[in-house]
Amino acid sequence: MNTKEVESYQEMFARVKSKNEGAFIPFIVAGDPDFDTSLEIVKTFVENGADALEIGFAFSDPVADGPTVQDSDLRALKSGMTTKRGFEFVKKIREFTSIPIGLLVYYNLIYKMGVDQFYEAAFESGVNAILAADLPPEESDDAIRASKEYGVQQIFMAAQTTSNERLEKISKLCDGFLYVVAVMGVTGARGNLQTSSVDLIKRVRSHTDLPLSVGFGISKPEHVASVISAGADGAIVASAILDLVTENLENKKKMLDEIGSFCCDLKEATRK
Amino acid sequence: MINDGKFGKYGGIFVPELLIPALEELEKAFLKYKDDEKFNQELDYYLKEFAGRPTALYYARNLSEKLGCKIYLKREDMLHTGAHKINNTIGQGLLAKYMGKTRLIAETGAGQHGIATAVVGSLLGIPVEVYMGSNDVERQKLNVLRMELSGAKVLPVDAGSRTLKDAINDAFRDWTSSVEHTHYLIGTTMGPHPYPTMVKHFQSVIGREARAEILEKEGELPDAVIACVGGGSNSIGIFSGFVDDEAVELIGVEGGGDGIKTPRTGATLCKGTEGVLHGSFSYVLQNNDGQISEAYSVSAGLDYPGVGPEHAYLHSSGRANYVAVTDKEALRGFELLSKYEGIIPALESSHAVAYMEKYAKMPENKGKTIVVNLSGRGDKDMFLVASELGVDV
Repeated sequence: MNTKEVESYQEMFARVKSKNEGAFIPFIVAGDPDFDTSLEIVKTFVENGADALEIGFAFSDPVADGPTVQDSDLRALKSGMTTKRGFEFVKKIREFTSIPIGLLVYYNLIYKMGVDQFYEAAFESGVNAILAADLPPEESDDAIRASKEYGVQQIFMAAQTTSNERLEKISKLCDGFLYVVAVMGVTGARGNLQTSSVDLIKRVRSHTDLPLSVGFGISKPEHVASVISAGADGAIVASAILDLVTENLENKKKMLDEIGSFCCDLKEATRK
Repeated sequence: MINDGKFGKYGGIFVPELLIPALEELEKAFLKYKDDEKFNQELDYYLKEFAGRPTALYYARNLSEKLGCKIYLKREDMLHTGAHKINNTIGQGLLAKYMGKTRLIAETGAGQHGIATAVVGSLLGIPVEVYMGSNDVERQKLNVLRMELSGAKVLPVDAGSRTLKDAINDAFRDWTSSVEHTHYLIGTTMGPHPYPTMVKHFQSVIGREARAEILEKEGELPDAVIACVGGGSNSIGIFSGFVDDEAVELIGVEGGGDGIKTPRTGATLCKGTEGVLHGSFSYVLQNNDGQISEAYSVSAGLDYPGVGPEHAYLHSSGRANYVAVTDKEALRGFELLSKYEGIIPALESSHAVAYMEKYAKMPENKGKTIVVNLSGRGDKDMFLVASELGVDV
């Protein structure tokens, strides 16, 4: 698939908006529980309504993530995943879908490979955007330079603790979409979505025209519906999906069936 | 942030967005109170009356005669709770109180920093929760009890290698969801800005005292200052008193474990490469792909795959020299100081003692004046040392 065929985030959000929907963006750690199964999980995402994909590259010490994502990371590492294999994984995804792909990584993986080499490999494998969970704007000069040089968008996060002044700064640096961290804390499925999440989306919305994708703690169709109706353009669902992987490690068919049906429900909830 | 927290190219703030405002708040408070008269009066009071400062710079006569050098020991082992850790926990605990924080969290490996935080929480009336890898909880039962007796809650961490690195990960995660009312009391010079600078500030009392004490006793500066390096707080503390004196050799001693040519080592500067871990750009033990390796040392306090960014800077600029000492050599250092001076050092400090012996034996160093920072006492390590020596206790 050449780059012309890869859909941009801008095109995707416009497409979804024209249907009066929000974007459904599921997450998986590349190589969890193994390379082939996680590729089938991504296929299941695409077949069941994913509008874009978040692909995590496993890291040994993921401090922004809760136990669910950490377990996924460790399973992926155990199955032999490396950064190089991660890019091969994205290339395989590009054989069957053109929807936008965002990478979620920790900065040490980028630094260790070499910033230029990492962004170049990302572009060549068909990645649209990169978000490094532990890379705030203050430390990102090199990443932003490389993102422009190699045509991969750089994503930043906005959180409940982010001031309005800082929000303006982050919005200017961010490209593609702004990742809104819904909860105070790390990733992980939660029973109830905090009302402060909805307030945050409204506050961020009033400061930027960038598409807003909301993640962290979004684990039920009603959470998806509520963030979309609060003004978000997309909902990112991670830990709740990874929980289905964890619960069904011994039965791959059941794992894929449950993920497929869950994705259908989550996509349905984006429809206004 | 007001400062970028860089030491040369090392340091910085590599953390999730949620934590940035907390670091900004902390930096602001630190810069305000570090020069505040009332704060410093209170800090000095607790350091003197509660912790037991100033500590002596002790002339180790027997070892000096044996090795043909003038050997001085900076006795941080004499402090309350048994190690230099208390300097930093009193400082940060007080800062947290001035900031209006109502909860302290900390990470601990061997337990020394956990205990120091627990007693400071008790002293200042702030509840404390301490993250500790479940392997360390098992290995350091006595220290867990000491923390609990001071009213702290110990939270075992089952993830990853179940040691210090994982305790730090979980403490960061906790802080991410509790920044509004919680202060994360980091125990060493690692972490995002302002921690490396702030911890150095609170530990620099070691260097200030040591410099004045050696000048008083010898009338001149020492030839070398030797200290062990895990995360690097005791060594930065003592180095800070001499770093501007180019003629004073600064030597950091890392936990070599089974040896730096083996995978079982904690010698981050000797064996590691540049990378980002736990909020700063420094040296880390990692594989070619950037995955962090598990560190190993007989001493739990040196068993960390990262190191404070200022050490990375001193290493790269050549101002300080970093060496590694194996477990076996450290045990020899432990026995040496116990036998000749009647001082039982912590296994961490035993690394510095072991290297001191090697240094003193080099012909070119004959007659030199050496200051060794004795970061802590060895009571906590007695069971471990007994088992290494094959003694049943």
